[in-house]
Amino acid sequence: MGKVTFIEHNGTAHEVELEYGQPLMQIAVDNMVPGIDADCGGECACGTCHVIVADEWIGKTGQAGDDEKQMLDMTPEKAPSSRLACQIVASEELDGLVVRLPEFQM
Amino acid sequence: MSIQAKAMQVAAKVVPADVQIKGLRVLHNTKRKLGLTKTPPVFVESLVPDVSTLALEDIDVSNPFLVRQGQSEAYFKRLRQECPVHYAKDTPFGPFWSITRHEDIKFVDKHHELFSAEPLILMGDIQGVQPELFIAMDPPKHDEQRMAVQGVVAPKNLLELEGLIRERVAEVLDNLPLDTPFDWVSKVSIELTTRMLATLFDYPYERRADLVRWSDIIAASPEATGGPSNDDNFFQAAADMVKAFSTLWWEKKARLDAGAEPSFDLISLLLSNKDTKDMVKNPMEFFGNLGLLIIGGNDTTRNSMSGGVYALHKFPEQFAKLKANHSLIPNMVSEIIRWQTPLAYMRRIAKTDVELNGQTIRKGDKVIMWYSSGNRDEDVFEDAHKLIIDRKNARNHIAFGFGVHRCMGNRLAEMQLRILWEEILQRFDNIEVVEEPEIVQSNWVRGYSRMMVKLTPLS
Ligand code: HEM
Ligand code: FES
Repeated sequence: MGKVTFIEHNGTAHEVELEYGQPLMQIAVDNMVPGIDADCGGECACGTCHVIVADEWIGKTGQAGDDEKQMLDMTPEKAPSSRLACQIVASEELDGLVVRLPEFQM
Repeated sequence: MSIQAKAMQVAAKVVPADVQIKGLRVLHNTKRKLGLTKTPPVFVESLVPDVSTLALEDIDVSNPFLVRQGQSEAYFKRLRQECPVHYAKDTPFGPFWSITRHEDIKFVDKHHELFSAEPLILMGDIQGVQPELFIAMDPPKHDEQRMAVQGVVAPKNLLELEGLIRERVAEVLDNLPLDTPFDWVSKVSIELTTRMLATLFDYPYERRADLVRWSDIIAASPEATGGPSNDDNFFQAAADMVKAFSTLWWEKKARLDAGAEPSFDLISLLLSNKDTKDMVKNPMEFFGNLGLLIIGGNDTTRNSMSGGVYALHKFPEQFAKLKANHSLIPNMVSEIIRWQTPLAYMRRIAKTDVELNGQTIRKGDKVIMWYSSGNRDEDVFEDAHKLIIDRKNARNHIAFGFGVHRCMGNRLAEMQLRILWEEILQRFDNIEVVEEPEIVQSNWVRGYSRMMVKLTPLS
């Protein structure tokens, strides 16, 4: 098991265990990281698990897929490294990952 | 674009939009007299049969009196249990599939490449007009138009509106009678949603009642939703609305062209975006998208405001829980929206043959996603018929839909409801519903036309 850090919009950082095989959204919810709503339960259909991946990590997480981009297009806070946390599956490769949360989920 | 829309775009260069819509009415009435179009159905209320007496294939959930007669829960429960993807062959709205489980609804809503939202998302079609609105458009055109307007209800901007909304809520609540029963629907729910809409559109404040009138008539088309309007009212309301908004549009454009700073309202946003700056020249698109925002922001929030009061009256132990812990308000707002589900469904048309839960939906078939049923799905929500204000997964409700069409106004609606309840709890100890509310006639809008209440102020 590794580590992942979620940084809230106001700068508060939450370092939690990165449980391999779990979607990042689930890890945030299980650890009660504030600011992830996950209304659709991880189906890439609500856009309320938006995170912005730190630039140096985007190579490892990969870019958003087409479905995901379509949902992300609806949020004004979209950045080039925006992802939906339910579409990132934790793995050893991502140990140490850092993601920022937007000010608002849409 | 339809031929009708093309012709109207050409005509728009010379004839004002409202006159064109009136012209459509004449054409439409003539066609109807000649028997070229069907006469719209008239729905007369009769006793809805007990669902347990019906064969599965005879179940018709399009009946606009199901909710009023308290039968909706039993009908959909049977479909969810026995036939979650159900085909009704013969209804006043033609044949259609009903999707009734939470999981399947999400599937349909998410897969816009399999299920098209065009040309309209109501159960029936509206003859004589083909409004063009982005809730009933598929990507990529949908995405363009939505992006042009969604800024106005983006959470950041809402933050700035919060103070104004709170002031207006306080003003309405402070003027309610404390000694006699009154109608919560007209005095609070309608009043507050109308004020909000007038603000979003920068519509003349003293004429804000127009917005409700049009919205109510347009949403109550009998051929679309089984409602009580008639054609003449419909066309008149559509024409009046387009006229008022064209006037507003040209005024704002003139101001912008003269170098004024764009103000922060929907029309100014549309005018400032290259994809939508000429929308007024396509009357069906203009009518469709403004109508969408007016109806989208009207009935839904209004009926959640009434529905919350009614639900807390039915489940008084929840009201007690709320008074003891005001921090439950945000979760309660989601739970109220789940419990009420102000819009019962959205419609799709299958673009190819699709297998779903053991049934084959054929290309071209009409598919109704019953959010009202998904929100009562016991596999997802325990004791789903109950309002439980601290329900853990209240936010997983499906009342805002999912996928690219997911409600654009969801945060605005949540904010309005949150503020309303925060302000209610500052003032009142109880809101007693003194007689059963009147329920709207529709298979789409789940709402209240009158609800008499009596207030008990905090001592
Ligand atoms: C409790 C209140 C509300 C409910 C239950 C509600 C429900 C819905 C639903 C079910 C959809 C379609 C979702 C789908 O097809 O997947 C929708 C779309 C939409 N709603 Fe709402 N709505 C509410 C409030 C509002 C408000 C306040 C506005 C006004 C700004 C609004 C504007 C819209 C718009 C513009 C769309 C079309 C989005 C698109 O097609 O991309 N809604 N709403
Ligand atoms: S949880 Fe809904 S998109 Fe990720």
